[in-house]
Amino acid sequence: MSYLEHNVKTVPTGLHKILYLNWAVILLLASVSGIGFLMLYSVAGGSMTPWAEPQMKRFALGMGLLFFIAMVPIWFWRNMSVLAYGVSVALLLGVQFFGTTHMGAKRWIDLGFMELQPSELAKISLIMVLAAYYDWLDIRKTSRPIWVIIPLLIILIPTALVLIQPDLGTAILLVAGGGIIMFLAGVSWLYFAAVIGAVAGAITAVFQFRGTDWQFLKDYQYRRIDTFLDPASDPLGAGYHITQSKIALGSGGWTGRGFMQGTQARLNFLPEKHTDFIFTTLAEEFGFLGAFSLLGLYTLIIVFCITSALKNKDRFASLITLGVAATLFLFFAVNMSMVMGLAPVVGVPLPLVSYGGSAMLVLLIAFGLMQSAHVHRPR
Amino acid sequence: MRPAAKDTAESQRRITRRALFLGASQLAFVGALGARMRYLQVDQADQYRLLADENRINIRLLPPARGLIYDRNGVPLATNKQVYRITIVREDAGDVDEVVARLNALVPIPPEELERALEEMKRRSSFVPVTIADRLKWEDIAEVAVNAPALPGITPEVGLTRNYPMANDFAHIIGYVGAVNKADLNRVDDRDPLLQIPRFQIGKIGVEAKLERTLRGKAGTKRIEVNAVGRVMRELGREEGISGANLQLTIDSGLQNYVQARLAGESAAAVVIDTVTGDLLAIGSTPAFDPNKFVNGISQADYNALLENKYRPLPNKAMQGIYPPGSTFKMMTALAALEAGVVTSEDTVKCKGYVEVGGRRFHCWKRAGHGNVNLHNSLKKSCDVFYYEMAQRAGVERISAMARRFGFGTKFDIPMSSVAKGLAPTKAWKLENRGAEWVIGDSLNASIGQGFVLSSPLQQAVMTARIATGKAVIPRLIKSIDGVDVPIEGGEDMDLNENNLRLVRKGMFAVSNVSGGTAYRSRILGDEYRMAGKTGTSQVGNKVVRNSDVAWEKRDHALFVSYAPYDNPRIAVSVVVEHGGGGSKAAAPIARDIVLQALYGGLPPVSAYPKADRWRIQKEQRALPLRDPNATAEESDQA
Repeated sequence: MSYLEHNVKTVPTGLHKILYLNWAVILLLASVSGIGFLMLYSVAGGSMTPWAEPQMKRFALGMGLLFFIAMVPIWFWRNMSVLAYGVSVALLLGVQFFGTTHMGAKRWIDLGFMELQPSELAKISLIMVLAAYYDWLDIRKTSRPIWVIIPLLIILIPTALVLIQPDLGTAILLVAGGGIIMFLAGVSWLYFAAVIGAVAGAITAVFQFRGTDWQFLKDYQYRRIDTFLDPASDPLGAGYHITQSKIALGSGGWTGRGFMQGTQARLNFLPEKHTDFIFTTLAEEFGFLGAFSLLGLYTLIIVFCITSALKNKDRFASLITLGVAATLFLFFAVNMSMVMGLAPVVGVPLPLVSYGGSAMLVLLIAFGLMQSAHVHRPR
Repeated sequence: MRPAAKDTAESQRRITRRALFLGASQLAFVGALGARMRYLQVDQADQYRLLADENRINIRLLPPARGLIYDRNGVPLATNKQVYRITIVREDAGDVDEVVARLNALVPIPPEELERALEEMKRRSSFVPVTIADRLKWEDIAEVAVNAPALPGITPEVGLTRNYPMANDFAHIIGYVGAVNKADLNRVDDRDPLLQIPRFQIGKIGVEAKLERTLRGKAGTKRIEVNAVGRVMRELGREEGISGANLQLTIDSGLQNYVQARLAGESAAAVVIDTVTGDLLAIGSTPAFDPNKFVNGISQADYNALLENKYRPLPNKAMQGIYPPGSTFKMMTALAALEAGVVTSEDTVKCKGYVEVGGRRFHCWKRAGHGNVNLHNSLKKSCDVFYYEMAQRAGVERISAMARRFGFGTKFDIPMSSVAKGLAPTKAWKLENRGAEWVIGDSLNASIGQGFVLSSPLQQAVMTARIATGKAVIPRLIKSIDGVDVPIEGGEDMDLNENNLRLVRKGMFAVSNVSGGTAYRSRILGDEYRMAGKTGTSQVGNKVVRNSDVAWEKRDHALFVSYAPYDNPRIAVSVVVEHGGGGSKAAAPIARDIVLQALYGGLPPVSAYPKADRWRIQKEQRALPLRDPNATAEESDQA
């Protein structure tokens, strides 16, 4: 029984709910996706295929899901949290047995009509289950060790499964996303200080043991770190991505070379031009103004989410809204850091812009939850 | 269980606090991203834009047309010939084997060339054109063009290659070009990117090599956009190159042809120089070779044949061959003695066949002796003993100084791979280079052009021209560059006593015009074209047997220098026939024929020859394998 249920009568019902959606966020999501379509059209050399058109179809599907989820009361979704989490973990386990392998990573389950990436589902279900956990947990127990260990396990189980795929980028996002929910729920600062300290120690250890039989990371992961630290050291090999990406960004200048005029992507100097590195094409063609505008749109979405969360008196709703915002933030922050040479290349897409079905659908589902929380907030 | 309202409020406050903190952190991070964006895109924009252009823009060189070379009358000597080749692009061809088979049916391709092309195709990306057949005839290309629809991926291309229509005649002067190789790149400090083009032709020897920069021209460029794997996307712009400068040589191709033909069969060299301007009208060196063979890479067998030929066809003997001048040097000794005032025209020296100096006996070539000889007769009869006496009177330093004024020891600035310096020895030279004191015997040897004295046929010709005119004539090979005349150098008065010069010239006149002169048999009849000359026989090793009794390479070198007409000198000629025996017999007739050819501008009338020789000479002249001037013109039209 939650506080929420006493106010149900004030919550809008039926199609009337549509008026109570957070339309600003929906428009922003559509704008960002629109930029994505433009860029996919551009990197395909001015063609709707092979990327822009499928991406638009997925967006339409995702938007449908968003509206559907938004119409369903948030407490229903809270009750579904544990189930969603369970299904995600089961799918992640399933990947290990039935998954298909692309580029050395086992991440996908072939559903026949599309390839599902369970790790994407895990991102959203993890936030749901943690939000539900802290909604359920007595607030005074929040920082007690036993009640801290439980969410930690909830985070680490899917993380471990994702890491063995291997998919370092998603693993980092899962840990960071989960950690942010714990932080928001009010877990003591001391735990975070301890974890940060431990991570720093672990990083030291990782490098200390490099080259020995006990090294923690795979060689390619070490190399990625090396080239991150000094991309110029291997411009045609491991550093190629970052170097070419920085060239594309830098050659954009203030206003860019103009739509479809970017040479780096069109001439295939850019790797992964339609997925992880699509931001570089935007930056090359629309310059600093274009790139900064996209950053601004993302920031506005987050600002609207935080505002919505702060107005929401329901604990689950607040946490899920903030969690969705944090997920979006982590996506674009890691992706942009990566293409601008501030972080290692870990394979995180630019949310709603990069080509990819699972990521877009999951994000729109997440925002469906955010909208549901917004519509059904206690008044 | 319902949470207490207090707890809920506390929870709200906590979430708000944390959310605001998190939001602030996120904003800070967004700020950092924005700053980084600004740094890369605005502050570093210029640098990165340059890198992006470097990425995508490739510069392809367009080789310029090499400058042409003409003779003094505008006859082409080195031209550019269009050659055709066929390239194949794998991805356009589809079934490569099928297309190649069809092509082979039209144009037979040598198996090894085909194998190389197929090998290269496998190695390169599928869009790179690979040359499959080279140096094709126009007919072959036409055949391929007609059948183009059946030959996907096949493109006929046109290029330029060097051609020498005069073949052997100018092998030593113009030299040849060849594909640039590693040795060339290491040898010359030349940063011209053209040299990086595979099979780009550069001058290897001769004028082609020495005036490489002039002839090469400037590369044009084509800016093309390429993608990450190097495929050409489009042409962004092109800048045409500048063709190399055309050269005009001072050589007369007709005379050159005659000289080469006249020297054929001997290992010989001849130089014809204009006594007034210093223009080199002909530079003969035999045997010669066909420079066209070198252009596309000479076969090992042909090259070995050239290397093993004992007559040494490769070096230009007229420029880099150095020989003891023998008796042709006597003019130097005579002039040195006259200028020093140690002899007069009346002074006589008694020649009894030898003279004893310092306990050694020095022989005259005429063992019986010449009797009393004055300067005039000493030249006419080439008496050695007279010059032994002059050497003692004048001393070697004066003789050598005189020789240097006439060009000995001077490396003339002729654009050839190797131009000999020769030597007019001095006491200091011997001490330094041989580590021995100069002895009187050295002076005696030097006085008759033996011993240490060395000169090239070019220097001999220059010496003769200077004697004939009394002017410091300087040889010149390049008449004009791209229509701009190369200035004539030298020609200053040599500041010699005209009477002394006249005395020497009279002696030389007697050599080839007065009965008893050593080259009387090679005289020219007809007053306007009288020839003055001097024979020379330079010893190869010491011997007392006759030349005809020893092996070819041990025989003496035959030399002759001459100028004509005697009254109004226009040309000077020097001839060296290696191991030819005596100068009067082997060299003088050649020089006489060359002089006549040069003065008449073609075959001379028989009246120029002494009656007794006319029939024989006419037969010989007709037998010479001369180039038909009309045929030459036709061939050059095609080129």
